[in-house]
Amino acid sequence: MSGTTIGIVRTGVANTASVAAAFKRLGCDWEFVETARGVERAELLVLPGVGSFAAGMEAIGAQDLTSALRDRIAGGLPTLAICLGLQLLCATSEESPGVRGIGVFACEIERLGGEGVMLPQFGWNRVDAGPAAPMLRSGYAYYANSYGLRETPTGWISATTDYCGPFIAAIERGSVLACQFHPELSGAFGSSLLERWLVRAREAMPC
Amino acid sequence: MLTRRIIPCMDIRDGRIVKGVRFADLRDAGDPVERARLYEEQGADEIVILDVSATPEGRSAAVETVAAVRESLSLPLTVGGGVRTLSDAIRLLGAGADKVGVNTAAVKRPEVITEIADRAGSQCVVLAIDAARSVETPGMWEVVTRSGSHRTGLDVCEWARKGAQLGAGEILLTSFDQDGVGNGYDLELLGAVAGAVRVPVIASGGASSAKHMHAALRAGADAVLAASIFHDGVTGVRDIKLALREMGQEVRL
Repeated sequence: MSGTTIGIVRTGVANTASVAAAFKRLGCDWEFVETARGVERAELLVLPGVGSFAAGMEAIGAQDLTSALRDRIAGGLPTLAICLGLQLLCATSEESPGVRGIGVFACEIERLGGEGVMLPQFGWNRVDAGPAAPMLRSGYAYYANSYGLRETPTGWISATTDYCGPFIAAIERGSVLACQFHPELSGAFGSSLLERWLVRAREAMPC
Repeated sequence: MLTRRIIPCMDIRDGRIVKGVRFADLRDAGDPVERARLYEEQGADEIVILDVSATPEGRSAAVETVAAVRESLSLPLTVGGGVRTLSDAIRLLGAGADKVGVNTAAVKRPEVITEIADRAGSQCVVLAIDAARSVETPGMWEVVTRSGSHRTGLDVCEWARKGAQLGAGEILLTSFDQDGVGNGYDLELLGAVAGAVRVPVIASGGASSAKHMHAALRAGADAVLAASIFHDGVTGVRDIKLALREMGQEVRL
């Protein structure tokens, strides 16, 4: 997959270096994407993110990327959303009432666990994928989250996990992949998933 | 189910790993890039780098070390030591740290915790606390800073609670009394702090066996950190994890 350039959306101050390093290990170059036009044009796009839902939407809104991201994912262009990136694809989040997400899915992001549960969930937890998932596999991945998606959006294939109740570990459709865990920090399990995404993305790209 | 994290820690000075006893008598223990890669292969869940450079010049070397480790490491990386301001934190996050540890600077100016959390998120902020048993009050621990040379009089449980309120997403709790000694973690300290906060507590200082780690996890630690036993090659991360699983702990193998 060498020679491929990954566009990375700047959603905050953290996480970019780890994402970039993971793709460099797979032989890819990377660059920041900071305009709506950049979002439309990037062959492969990554929407990373750590921090709060409101801060993430503020960063995306300030760069005027919201509708370009929505159109890109609706159009099935190769896109990877990580952690907060997945959450931003939803309509709203319990974390930041009143803030509109990108709205690819009509769902709301919910707070995990219940009374007395330690949050954030920090560490390696299961990813359970069905045999029909083209990219997702079962194993352990690294999570750092307090909020999550509970239901699989219509038309998507999901892998699930459990932290005091089930939630969505990742979803995929065509060459769009959105992970609640951090594939770039999930050792061999994560890098093999990134590799499968690169292969699938390349298949989806016009020659 | 969330598994227990086993975290090798590397104290770094001038680009090399060093290890001491009770924060002193530092000796060379290898190259951080090679070591981090080895620990990942062995099944480490996360890596911690603590910059113990004595000088500000050493601090910029630490940024280079972080960038070099990040290049080959696909595990979460926490970096601490000498983080005084938001811009120090941003520099490390930009170099490839996933979380930054704040210690002495936060004792002097607790707002720095909130400043970093507001900008990068609570999950990026680890409050590192060095705790020593109080000489005057039995059953109490006080926060020590400047490599243990300064006793602050601050109650460790109070400080942990305040740090979490200010936005720390995790507590890295090192027992000054046990550090590098190998007699096991300070279990009473762990129990007290884990009972005081709702954020994960990482046990540090004193481990030389899987048994010590098992005891720490039972005492309330969410994750366990160790340095000497891994650097010395006495045991590998995988062996520790196999032993912990035998003892009934959930680990990723």
